[in-house]
Amino acid sequence: MTTTTSPREAASAASGESPAYLSLRDVKVHFPTDDGLVKAVDGLSFTLERGKTIGIVGESGSGKSVTSQAILGLHRRTRARVSGEIILDGEDLMTVKDERLRELRGNKMAMVFQDPLSALHPYYTVGAQIVEGIRVHHPDMSKSAAKKRAVEMLGRVGIPSPQRRADQYPHEFSGGMRQRAMIAMALANDPSLLIADEPTTALDVTVQAQILDLMRDLQREFGSAIIMITHDLGVVAEMADDILVMYGGKAVEYGSVNEVFYRPSHPYAWGLLSSMPRLDRARKARLDPVPGNPPSLINVPPGCSFHPRCAFRDQVEGNACSTIVPDLVEVRPGHLDRCHLTPAQKTQLFDSVIKPRL
Amino acid sequence: MFFYIIRRLISVVIMLLIITMATFLVFFASPIDPASLTCSKNCTPAVIQGNRVKLGYDKPVPVQYGLFLKGLFVSRDYPDDPGLKQRSPDAIYTCNAPCLGYSTLQTQGVTDMVKNALPQTASIALAAFIMWMVFGVVFGIVAALRRGQWQDRLLVGLSLIGFSLPTFFIGQLLYVFIALQLGLIPISSVGYFPFTDSPVKWAQGILLPAVTLAAVFAASYVRLTRAYMLETMSEDYIRTARAKGVKEVTVIRRHGLRAALTPIVTAAGLDLGGLLGGAIITEQVFNIQGLGKMAILSIQNTDLPVTVGVVLVAAFFITVANLVVDVLYGVIDPRVRMS
Repeated sequence: MTTTTSPREAASAASGESPAYLSLRDVKVHFPTDDGLVKAVDGLSFTLERGKTIGIVGESGSGKSVTSQAILGLHRRTRARVSGEIILDGEDLMTVKDERLRELRGNKMAMVFQDPLSALHPYYTVGAQIVEGIRVHHPDMSKSAAKKRAVEMLGRVGIPSPQRRADQYPHEFSGGMRQRAMIAMALANDPSLLIADEPTTALDVTVQAQILDLMRDLQREFGSAIIMITHDLGVVAEMADDILVMYGGKAVEYGSVNEVFYRPSHPYAWGLLSSMPRLDRARKARLDPVPGNPPSLINVPPGCSFHPRCAFRDQVEGNACSTIVPDLVEVRPGHLDRCHLTPAQKTQLFDSVIKPRL
Repeated sequence: MFFYIIRRLISVVIMLLIITMATFLVFFASPIDPASLTCSKNCTPAVIQGNRVKLGYDKPVPVQYGLFLKGLFVSRDYPDDPGLKQRSPDAIYTCNAPCLGYSTLQTQGVTDMVKNALPQTASIALAAFIMWMVFGVVFGIVAALRRGQWQDRLLVGLSLIGFSLPTFFIGQLLYVFIALQLGLIPISSVGYFPFTDSPVKWAQGILLPAVTLAAVFAASYVRLTRAYMLETMSEDYIRTARAKGVKEVTVIRRHGLRAALTPIVTAAGLDLGGLLGGAIITEQVFNIQGLGKMAILSIQNTDLPVTVGVVLVAAFFITVANLVVDVLYGVIDPRVRMS
């Protein structure tokens, strides 16, 4: 592991700024199962400033959602083993008491879950579920005031006739409406850290744009920090300041949006970008998917966990790719990746092989 | 919701009608002459013929069925002979509605027998119901929340034992230890005493039978509640509630238990409905003259009208319990209410 955890941290340390609003250092989330230890997140570090957005991308099972739930402390009292350091606004979330964590959840840090049909309680009205979240953190607030706030939030996320909608149950909402209700619930207490787990995946494109606008508004208004978990690279390009690419529970590439989008350096990031449909390029006969399947998190491939799917492993001398786990190191200022290829090789491969295909 | 209940009520009536028809036919369309079963040792052709006329067995079966149905709503006389009623009213047994029939063996109307037996059955059934719901559900929740820990193992183990032991064994065991050996409850006090006479004696009397009954049901409700709680507590909406910062106690109660309650209420309603029709083994062990005992006796004596009456009463409770459960379902789950 390198000592540098983020491009920004290095910069802020040099300029003597205050530490980041959220910082994760060497976070591990392991689940003991009958089949073995599942290393869902294995040594993840990143930092996030207020008013900034980090996009976490990766395939299903790369540890994105598990990471976000670790920040909220939702793995506590479960069988998961969480280690490392998670610091939010100077508070170590790994060591705070359960009660303090509960006060923070839904208040200072909130989360939008994917699949809102199962994430909303089927037996309570949407309004009641938002009101519950408000009143938990504002016990002095009257029921009617909280209800008013809930209706206001539903209106803000673009739900028509919110007054009536608040008294309906989740099963009476359409998929897009449910997702918006979920977002309204998360935003109800003006969180300064918002974790959005695939917030727009179930929505059509016009609604998607509205939701993204809404999150940007929140960010502008309250200076919130946003963690955007998605596999939609378009959303990331739109929203994020930094990108963290995860593979097999580890960060494989981490840098600013411009760096990662225009100078990607990890073969997996190349694969992700090549598999993305583009409107501004000539139409290709077919997209280029990343070959193979995501790695097992129990029997992680030795060496670089991506090596079985990597088309460039032969270019590394010896068999380092299948024996030595690469470190996350800086390839350029503010741009880290986890790959045995030399920076020169990466530049050469990207320019000659990858870029023409994008 | 209103129309839903009306619809269900209509189907309950139809269901009960079908049950009366089925039970009636099974017993009266058998090859044995029902009149020959109305007198035990003192049977002579004359007595049999007398009973045949008295009970209306000389009429065709559909007519008998019609009279039986009519008797459920208006009183009927045995024998149905207005002339005899004029001459000697004492020779007539007037069976008030709802008339379930007349037992010549017991020289009693079946409705009266049910009226005597029902409070006894209902007493132990309701007392047991409260006990098993409280203990079964509470222990089930504890087991689910302490999954895999010693509390869970202990409760699941105990419930397995409770579930495996036959009712008559638990009943005898309690009787022998609590009443005979330890003398905590005098033997003479075990049994049914009317609540209206002395609530204390009533409670003391039904305690052992109710505990016996409750033990078996509580055992299965521990497992039922545990299973449903485990299922709901792993739902996504529980995670959402926690992410909102809701207190864990509230998460369990308002979000977990509320959802797990639906199947538990269903099972509880049906079990209680079934029990009100008679707790045969428990009543036998503790010599309680309830519906279960009445059913057993009537079958042993081939006392057809009584058997038909008890079956009908039991069927009535089960169908009504079904209705209540369906309505409760709508109250608990908004998704049912809508459709």
